[in-house]
Amino acid sequence: MSRKPRLAVFKFASCDGCQLSFLALEDELLTLADRIDVVYFLEATSRVEPGPYDVALVEGSITTPEDAERIRQVRRDSRFLVTIGACATAGGIQALRNWADSAEFLRAVYASPEYIHSLATSTPISSHVPVDFELRGCPINKQQLLEVLVSLLGGRRPRTPVHSVCLECKRRGTVCVMVAQGVPCLGPVTHDGCGAICPSYNRGCYGCYGPCEQPNLESLSDQCQVIGVSREALVRSLRNSFNGYAPEFRAESDRLAGDRQ
Amino acid sequence: MSEERTVRVEALTRVEGEGALHIRVNDGVIEDVQLNIYEPPRLFEAMLRGRALEDVPDITARICGICPVAYQMSSVHALEAALGVQVTGDLRVLRRLLYCGEWIESHALHVHMLHVPDFLGFESALALAKDHPDEVNRGLRLKKHGNQLLEVLGGRAVHPINVAVGGFYHLPRREELTRLIPDFEWGLQAAIDAARWVAGFDFPRFEEAYDFVAVSHPDEYAMCEGPIRTSDGMAISADQFEKHFREQQVPHSTALQAVRIDTGQTYLLGPLSRINLNREQLLPAARRLADELNLEQPCRNIFKSIIARSIEIVQAYEEALSILRDYRPAGEPRIKYEHRQGEGAAATEAPRGLLYHRYGVNAQGFVTKANIVPPTSQNQSQIESDLRDYLPALLNWSDDEVARACERLVRSYDPCISCATHFLKVNLDRVS
Repeated sequence: MSRKPRLAVFKFASCDGCQLSFLALEDELLTLADRIDVVYFLEATSRVEPGPYDVALVEGSITTPEDAERIRQVRRDSRFLVTIGACATAGGIQALRNWADSAEFLRAVYASPEYIHSLATSTPISSHVPVDFELRGCPINKQQLLEVLVSLLGGRRPRTPVHSVCLECKRRGTVCVMVAQGVPCLGPVTHDGCGAICPSYNRGCYGCYGPCEQPNLESLSDQCQVIGVSREALVRSLRNSFNGYAPEFRAESDRLAGDRQ
Repeated sequence: MSEERTVRVEALTRVEGEGALHIRVNDGVIEDVQLNIYEPPRLFEAMLRGRALEDVPDITARICGICPVAYQMSSVHALEAALGVQVTGDLRVLRRLLYCGEWIESHALHVHMLHVPDFLGFESALALAKDHPDEVNRGLRLKKHGNQLLEVLGGRAVHPINVAVGGFYHLPRREELTRLIPDFEWGLQAAIDAARWVAGFDFPRFEEAYDFVAVSHPDEYAMCEGPIRTSDGMAISADQFEKHFREQQVPHSTALQAVRIDTGQTYLLGPLSRINLNREQLLPAARRLADELNLEQPCRNIFKSIIARSIEIVQAYEEALSILRDYRPAGEPRIKYEHRQGEGAAATEAPRGLLYHRYGVNAQGFVTKANIVPPTSQNQSQIESDLRDYLPALLNWSDDEVARACERLVRSYDPCISCATHFLKVNLDRVS
């Protein structure tokens, strides 16, 4: 029998929610544990083994000098590196500091900011090392995580959809909240993966899976302004999307902010 | 000859978030105990300023992937206090139901995946499953029920999308919730069996004179509302929290200590505090179970918090079942409100203890200031104090054994380091 693949799970600046998705595979967890050797996963096991690893799941963004070094070591140790979640793929909600005075942010939170070694920015893993596959979402969809693990076991590339939330609403038969109620919605430009939850709960998509392939952001901005959403509110919602630093969302929020009189 | 000894746990495992433990002993005297948090700060309180108040529960959820509902509940209650809005009746009941889902999911994760392996000598639940498959599978099923409830009522298990200032965005249909009843009936009994199993473990003999602190309510096992109570009978409103509790800088340390201002002493938050202060408010099955298991009143052994947590799983199932059976959606999903300038505070019971939020908002509906005090940053100084008292009995042990025993004590707190880090004054010196 061939050797079981060695899996490691690493955390950078994040909330733990994406790595928790691995443990949330309640029905599949024990079967997975039979086929994969979980050799480094601080949250789940006291087993702590050094690399090399066949697969590394990386959660979180890079916000400290130490972590900028640590991710390089993780890359060196890992054959296939998968980023899980919006922090790792786009910088996360903490990337809001990228538009702010980060020293002022530190002073606002910490009485003794001199003890804190923090970078001025929060950046995705791909800004630091090559990434083999990115799993979107804040949080990721655990079924997509399962697809990643199963496909890697089977030696093929993971298949996850790249279309927009908008399309998923049509598939579910959800009445469009923007057309029917005038509620602003990032669904037309947001990557599917959640299953279009928010519109089915009577609210607009807030973009937590980041930009879909070839999003037409300008057109969405125009339409939002037609239904009475201010430029400022649009900038806020793109930046608050947990993926605000993803290139497409960033470019549009910067364009809108720059256009402001 | 003087003997100096340093025990280090460089990376605590089976806890949420990343931290380390440093202990220095000189000639049998414990010189230093530090729970170090090296998680990178994410600066939430700064990010929240200038956000629309409606966005706050979505943003604060991201502080913690294990207890996002706690962050959402403390946020919306504090914002509603600032707006002068009160959520009552069915909407209030549904919020309790959502919180029950999180208590079940988070407690079952901690008890069965993270904590039980300590008592049975395994590195993880995955390893434990080879010898105890039925027990691990039972734990996984309990966890799954909590997640299923969060999915129906919250939209998804991690970072639910249905919590709004004033209530919810959408009320689930009756059959979506009643469909869960058979699983929850099974789960209630399974949770009782699991608590009996856990109560039969061997517990280290270690008792501390804790000052228990928890939200308390005369008519229910407190989650979201009620005064903050302490062991010695103090009762204050959440609005008064900052007048009575303080994080203070201590000499020769970069860590802040959370203390009660009047006593100057550390205090304990979490399931042990809740059950000690609110045992009378447990629902019948949970209360009977606490008596049957002979849980001391009060229980002062932190290692037994796994029993308290297991009883709270039963409590959450019992309450959830009663809400599920009675659920009839009616009326608007949320209360309407006007923006106004104001300030409001709230404390709710996250699975690992009292979570305090305070916000200022302006007349345009934007956040002007935010203060968040999570349970683990309050428990941190209590954990260090426990370790100082626990260590003398361990000094003849090997470094590895001391490290394991101390890590076990820390784990009993179910620390949520990801939450705590954004607020703790941390020592980021990473030892490697």
